[in-house]
Amino acid sequence: MSDVNELKKTPLFDVHRALNAKMVDFGGWNMPVQYSGIIQEHNAVRTGVGLFDVSHMGEIEVYGPEAEKLINYVATNNASKLKPGQAQYSALLYEHGGFVDDILVHKISDSDFFLCVNASNQEKDFEHIQAHNRFNAEVVYASDRYAQLAVQGPKALETVQKLTGVNLSAIKYYWFTDGQIADAPARIARTGYTGEDGFELYVAPESAERVWNAVLEAGKEFDIKPCGLGARNTLRLEAKMALYGHEITASINPFEADLGWIVKMDKGDFLGRAALEKIQQQGLTRKLVGFEMKDRGIGRDGYEVWLHGKPAGWVTSGGPSPALNKNIGLCYLPVEKATPGEEIEVMIRNAPVKAVTVPTPFYKRAK
Amino acid sequence: MKYPENFKYTKEHEWVQVEGDEATIGITDHAQHELGDIVFVDLPKVGSKTTKGHTFGSVESVKAVSDIYAPVSGEIISVNDLLSKSPEKLNEDPHGAAWLIKLRLASPDETRDLLNAAEYEKYVGAES
Repeated sequence: MSDVNELKKTPLFDVHRALNAKMVDFGGWNMPVQYSGIIQEHNAVRTGVGLFDVSHMGEIEVYGPEAEKLINYVATNNASKLKPGQAQYSALLYEHGGFVDDILVHKISDSDFFLCVNASNQEKDFEHIQAHNRFNAEVVYASDRYAQLAVQGPKALETVQKLTGVNLSAIKYYWFTDGQIADAPARIARTGYTGEDGFELYVAPESAERVWNAVLEAGKEFDIKPCGLGARNTLRLEAKMALYGHEITASINPFEADLGWIVKMDKGDFLGRAALEKIQQQGLTRKLVGFEMKDRGIGRDGYEVWLHGKPAGWVTSGGPSPALNKNIGLCYLPVEKATPGEEIEVMIRNAPVKAVTVPTPFYKRAK
Repeated sequence: MKYPENFKYTKEHEWVQVEGDEATIGITDHAQHELGDIVFVDLPKVGSKTTKGHTFGSVESVKAVSDIYAPVSGEIISVNDLLSKSPEKLNEDPHGAAWLIKLRLASPDETRDLLNAAEYEKYVGAES
């Protein structure tokens, strides 16, 4: 682990300290893992509203007449389907079809796109996109100009609505608009990483503290809770949202990760397409599937999964599900076994513990 | 929280209370606080033996697994059933109702080099 003093800090670092958050090293960032307790924070997001500092996330801007062409070349989803004000989940792949990262693409205009990328990948992503920029487009590393706050939960809309003149109900899921939050210019996106309704707010670093405090104040009547990365992880796991370094890595392709829906093979050439075509012809060997523990124990990240007394796969993410009150996880298994209803064993410190594969997502919010 | 004067402590954040040749073992308030919400406690079977400095079980929070080390050696004579149904009690009452195991001491001398309450308090103060 690196020295705490060398870790990067978000503009809200002092705020977290003042709130007595437990801070951890997360990919080189000194981030709050919890404030009041992961389960409490998790439940606040499921039933009310929670506020996350996700300013460690990276931002990359792509400008120019061929901005869309560049994005369509480096990312798997079809950016041509986006209308101004619309966002899209997508992925950057290597030539061999493995993940560079998973990203959000926001279209501001035909010549202006805004990408949100994972914290620990931001330099790598920028260099990757830059290296393949043979288009009339400009790629700008913009992370230093943005702080990001996520307001998530069934009461997120009512909370944020108090702070803006923008009619938030008019923003559909995976759309965004530029406006003001607590008098600070903000990009307001109806996106999230929790499986709940909510907003991700991109603001200038100087405005972060003001917006943070305003959201906490506005959410008071709904018992808003500041939430750390611990709850962010349990929430995204229940919603079966992928985490880079776990479900998706350079040696995993999107079909294996059950993310075929963000790969548009018919949109024209893109990085990794040839490899994916070959993979499709040959068929998959392994695939991501959900499981829940049947016997006592928690299958955690990296643990082996066994089938009929032999190692067959591994857990990518696992832990307790506060919403289901079960121990759940995601794992890679041979493709023919990666369907619900298979009896598996998770090796928990050299002892096999019974589990069963189940349909995902584990949790789906009531619409 | 005050650390009971009649307990001894380890730097791995276990406590032990000796009465005659029996020892009750648990984890400290500092430990439960560091772990956060405890969701699973894995304890050995009655009749098994454990050796000072060896792990005899684990405590899992939402985030992580943490091994528990035996502060003293001996044969396990009782495990706390409360924790299999209500692991969260370990967050609420780590020095009381949420003890982990009781064992019959193999060599009572082993408690000598453990920390007393004041020393442990100083130790965790310096650590955090």
